[in-house]
Amino acid sequence: MIGHQNMKIVSHESIAADIYELVLEGELTKRMTSPGQFVHIKVTTGNDPLLRRPISICSIDPDLNQFTMLYRVSGSGTRVLAERATGASVHVLGPLGNGFPVDYLKHGERALLVGGGIGVPPLYELSKRLTERGVHVTHILGFQTEKAVFYKKEFEALGDTYIATVDGSYGTKGFVTDVADQLSFQPDAYYTCGPAAMLKAVEAKFKDINGFISMEQRMGCGIGACLACVCHVAGDESNLLYKKVCSDGPVFKSGEVVL
Amino acid sequence: MSRFGIELPGLTLKNPIMPASGCFGFGKEYSQFYDLSLLGAIMVKATTREVRFGNPTPRVAETSSGMLNAIGLQNPGLDHVLQHELKWLEQYDVPIIANVAGSTIEDYEEVAETISRAPNVHALEINISCPNVKEGGIAFGTHPDTARELTEKVKKVSSVPVYIKLSPNVTSITEMALAAEEGGADGLTMINTLLGMRLDSRSGKPVIANKTGGLSGPAIKPVALRMVYEVSQKTALPIIAMGGVSDEMDVIDFISAGASAVAVGTANFVDPFVCPAIIEKLEDRLKEWEIEHIHDLKGRSWMDIGETAYHRT
Repeated sequence: MIGHQNMKIVSHESIAADIYELVLEGELTKRMTSPGQFVHIKVTTGNDPLLRRPISICSIDPDLNQFTMLYRVSGSGTRVLAERATGASVHVLGPLGNGFPVDYLKHGERALLVGGGIGVPPLYELSKRLTERGVHVTHILGFQTEKAVFYKKEFEALGDTYIATVDGSYGTKGFVTDVADQLSFQPDAYYTCGPAAMLKAVEAKFKDINGFISMEQRMGCGIGACLACVCHVAGDESNLLYKKVCSDGPVFKSGEVVL
Repeated sequence: MSRFGIELPGLTLKNPIMPASGCFGFGKEYSQFYDLSLLGAIMVKATTREVRFGNPTPRVAETSSGMLNAIGLQNPGLDHVLQHELKWLEQYDVPIIANVAGSTIEDYEEVAETISRAPNVHALEINISCPNVKEGGIAFGTHPDTARELTEKVKKVSSVPVYIKLSPNVTSITEMALAAEEGGADGLTMINTLLGMRLDSRSGKPVIANKTGGLSGPAIKPVALRMVYEVSQKTALPIIAMGGVSDEMDVIDFISAGASAVAVGTANFVDPFVCPAIIEKLEDRLKEWEIEHIHDLKGRSWMDIGETAYHRT
């Protein structure tokens, strides 16, 4: 169920080029149960920035009542957020949306997790949950360049991890699909989050297996009321059917929506 | 009655606060946060004859103290709104103001006639001011003769009072208000969004797929306030005001400018609890100021002391 709370910043640091790790503490954490959900953050009080910012949940620690988000500074809102210091609080609405289904795979089955850029963070909590179930997890993470790479060690602790960078400064040169081409096994399912072009390429590459795709879109309300973040339903010839990324998604089954 | 009870054409409001059309869907999403019966009324999302998908994405962008949107009147169409959305809202003790849009005058007539017969629709808001569609919408709201004709035709077929939603994207909004009044409107709602745009500074291209969008939020409050101030002095029609309202002081300002009730739009996105919060804070504020009724403040920005109109219930 969606809640809201002023949550305390317990840690906030830069971990890669323009990428920040933000840890918040508060009772709202108890409601966060599904990896792939997101929260809607009011980065300051007042009117500038006015709207909330949707940020995905990267990891959840119910014992400490803390959860972690990774975000990229890419506009006025996230720039202001990056300046918020430890001890300050931000207002959080969430958890929002539907996460990745962890129970789709059984003990001993193989999951492929494919993330691109700021689409990587929600895969971390997912990978932890899958690993706990005894699912074998392989990660392919794509970044622009070496300086933008983050959480490599964290993912490596959970399973095989391959990195691709567009400029070739780290790992395989190219895209996540270039790494996927060299995979030596067929996964039982894939889970992916990242830019639309990457999602499309991943869905096309693995068209014979089931996957779960987390989408990104500019949002207004984050709760399904404003219809800012809609997408078309796959195979709908009328072009009138739609899904809301915020409340029907952000995670959709492969083949469910037009990417 | 309370400090709040207000009688307007078709509407008995328990308080002057209602969510603005397009910012509240048909209420379902917000019903998970609070009891919709707390609201004075609900202005539901614009309804057209046929189902519409609306514009491509991205549809919204943040601007200084405001936001741009170009949703494009996405809605499930008249039949679905009647059978599902309005039906679902019947469980709440709250009057519904149905927002009517279309591409032709005939569209408006058909939707108005049908939707006005729904038992919980107590008034219509005729949307002649949507800046984000190619046909209809704002085209009817920028020429006085067209606005008058549309108002007359909708009035003829509607079973409930008709409020005309005015666009700020005109040279003289007073002229548009008077045209609506001549056409037989029962009230006005104002203002719709201001046409604007945002560019991606690096690429130089518009951020919103529709290229332009409607500006809303605190940034437009001074414009809305000025327009309510001007129009309320020239027409006897009651005004439901909107434009950047996010707290009880904004509400008081719009009432002081001459509005009878106030709608809250963009602020619902910032804080889904904002409407009941404003209602509570407004009541406290009136108590603190020893104001017996909110309408004791109505129009005081331009009225002489002692002249303030009373519209009590």
